[in-house]
Amino acid sequence: MLETALKGSRKYWGLIFFLLAIIGVGFIFYLQQFFYGLGITGMSRDVSWGVYIGQFTFLVGVAAAAVMVVLPYYLHNYKKYGRISVLAEFLAIPSVIMCMLFIFVDMGQPLRVLNVILHPTPNSVMFFDMLVLSGYLLLNVLLGWTILGAERKGMPPPTWIKPFIYIAIAWAPSIHIVTAFLYAGLPGRHLWLSAIMAARFLASAFAAGPALIIILCLIVRKYTKFDPGREAIQALGKTITYTMILNVMFLGFEVFTAFYSTIPGHMHPFDYLYVGLDGYTKLVPMMWLSSILAISALVLLLNPNWRKNETTLAVASVAVFFSLWIDKGFGLIVGGFVPNMFERVFEYWPTIPEALITLGVWAVGFLILTILYKIATTVKEEVVYDKYGEKQIKI
Amino acid sequence: MSINRRQFIKIAGISTIMGLGGTSAVDLLQRNWLEAAQYSPDPKALTAKRWAMVVDVSKLKTEDDYKNIMDACHRVHNVPELGNPKDEIKWIWKETYEHAFPGQEHEYLTEGIKHKPFLMLCNHCDNPPCVRVCPTKATFKRKDGIVMMDMHRCIGCRFCMAGCPFGARSFNWKDPRPFIKEENKEFPTRMKGVVEKCTFCYERLAKGLIPACVEASQEAAKKAGTKPGLVFGDLSDPNSEVRRILSSHFSIRRKSELGTQPSVYYIIGGNDHA
Ligand code: SF4
Ligand code: SF4
Repeated sequence: MLETALKGSRKYWGLIFFLLAIIGVGFIFYLQQFFYGLGITGMSRDVSWGVYIGQFTFLVGVAAAAVMVVLPYYLHNYKKYGRISVLAEFLAIPSVIMCMLFIFVDMGQPLRVLNVILHPTPNSVMFFDMLVLSGYLLLNVLLGWTILGAERKGMPPPTWIKPFIYIAIAWAPSIHIVTAFLYAGLPGRHLWLSAIMAARFLASAFAAGPALIIILCLIVRKYTKFDPGREAIQALGKTITYTMILNVMFLGFEVFTAFYSTIPGHMHPFDYLYVGLDGYTKLVPMMWLSSILAISALVLLLNPNWRKNETTLAVASVAVFFSLWIDKGFGLIVGGFVPNMFERVFEYWPTIPEALITLGVWAVGFLILTILYKIATTVKEEVVYDKYGEKQIKI
Repeated sequence: MSINRRQFIKIAGISTIMGLGGTSAVDLLQRNWLEAAQYSPDPKALTAKRWAMVVDVSKLKTEDDYKNIMDACHRVHNVPELGNPKDEIKWIWKETYEHAFPGQEHEYLTEGIKHKPFLMLCNHCDNPPCVRVCPTKATFKRKDGIVMMDMHRCIGCRFCMAGCPFGARSFNWKDPRPFIKEENKEFPTRMKGVVEKCTFCYERLAKGLIPACVEASQEAAKKAGTKPGLVFGDLSDPNSEVRRILSSHFSIRRKSELGTQPSVYYIIGGNDHA
């Protein structure tokens, strides 16, 4: 099937080369970081994790969100997702790869990365995170490839794949729960030390991921002949409505606990994020933007007429995605470090090299995504009818 | 600590499978089963079941009292002076009461305490979260309670910095070597990309010397004819000086509510000890 990635329109190649150019720029800055050290980033003794780890955290969620398509399809036989289950699995693959790259670029001694395997340390959550992420990557490559291959031959997927599908369904939430445990078990980081972290992680993941799948479905329909299907997109719209409500509620629970108890340590990070602390307000505009996006998205999603309109649904999906990208990919991580362990405020802001390296990693993800989606849509265009005998291409 | 034949073969085998060959097998064995300071024990070495420190701030009076101590540590350990708070590396430093013991401060504290600097350093916690979270065992706890760093194994993930509730750890954001004022050839310098912190001077203990900060504080006290502000000893020995002080003075530890069991105790005030 790989050969289908090599035949494409000018637009396709244009996109590929555009992404390669961004990767090139990111790589040059990475080399600078490699030789100088992480000092070229905005991170410091006090805020020792920044946008890299934030992106990692956010993207684990996007990767896990494939389960929101795969589960209804395989466990509840929701046929409308038959066409897009491969799209969801093929989104998980670049997401996990980006996660791994973000961890890699965040490391002070990247050449020693194998130490995690050479000295396995089961008491470290990071060790488990590495295991579950690698496993999840393999599962999705296996599933996506086998199922698409079967579709191409016009055959049902082989039966031996079934157990792997069920394992993948159970595995998906685990990657994000383990990622939440990286944070939720650290004594002294008040913003993170909360039992609802894992639940909040899952809710935000299951909103941001499907929101991205909606956007990708709409793009695919616009630029290829393959039609993911209106019903599938609508069903995803309902998913993000519920999960986004849960996410906002969980954040509300945290705020309630902090401000009704009025325990200073619990209130301070929220103060810093939303109103500023001791006169430091660098993150405040971002966090309010995130909140405004979240509320606007909910307004659009909760009204059934707007949700059913694909244009407003697209706007809502973009709003959900960016709201959560700010909240989880940035605020949540930085907020854990501010104020620091001495109740002092030391602010963080990414530097330009750091931002370009981040962009470079995203470009790697989009490059892989583009290639995988090219393969998937080409196969689907050739097959014409989906598994249930409905035409899956636009005429 | 002995390793039997089977274990050896197993480890050698695993490393060979991983394509590492014999040298790495030996390397793995050394790193996993022996502690750096223990393969050729010096008969003079100071040993303990659990090392601990008492910081009696009432004995530290002048700016110089603090500076002496901090400089002694940073000098022998090649701690660089980077000149900005973003990249800062420090093993022992000062904080005021409200920042050292957040949540304990109140409006009506005596002026003396409010502005009194406290010396901060790694607490060598008995239940250290930094060790728990480290994915490579580059941070580990020795049997004598010292929480140690293996700078050659550290991958620079900084999970330990997120995990330490005491801000005791520093990261080398860039090559520290150009910023070391006067290099002490007897102690290794670090490279960029690894984490470091106070090690209770394991290298001095192995040679029979007390930690550099404690020594500096004792020397200053001797000159001034007073008692030292820092006392070091074995917490498990009821006759040790640290135990005698703790049993006769009110002492506090930083953030003890988190359950990490710090081994550094603070005495705020008053009468003479020991
Ligand atoms: S003070 Fe921090 S670095 Fe030191 S042992 Fe305790 S948790 Fe670890
Ligand atoms: S930075 Fe080094 S010592 Fe700290 S957790 Fe990572 S590997 Fe362990």
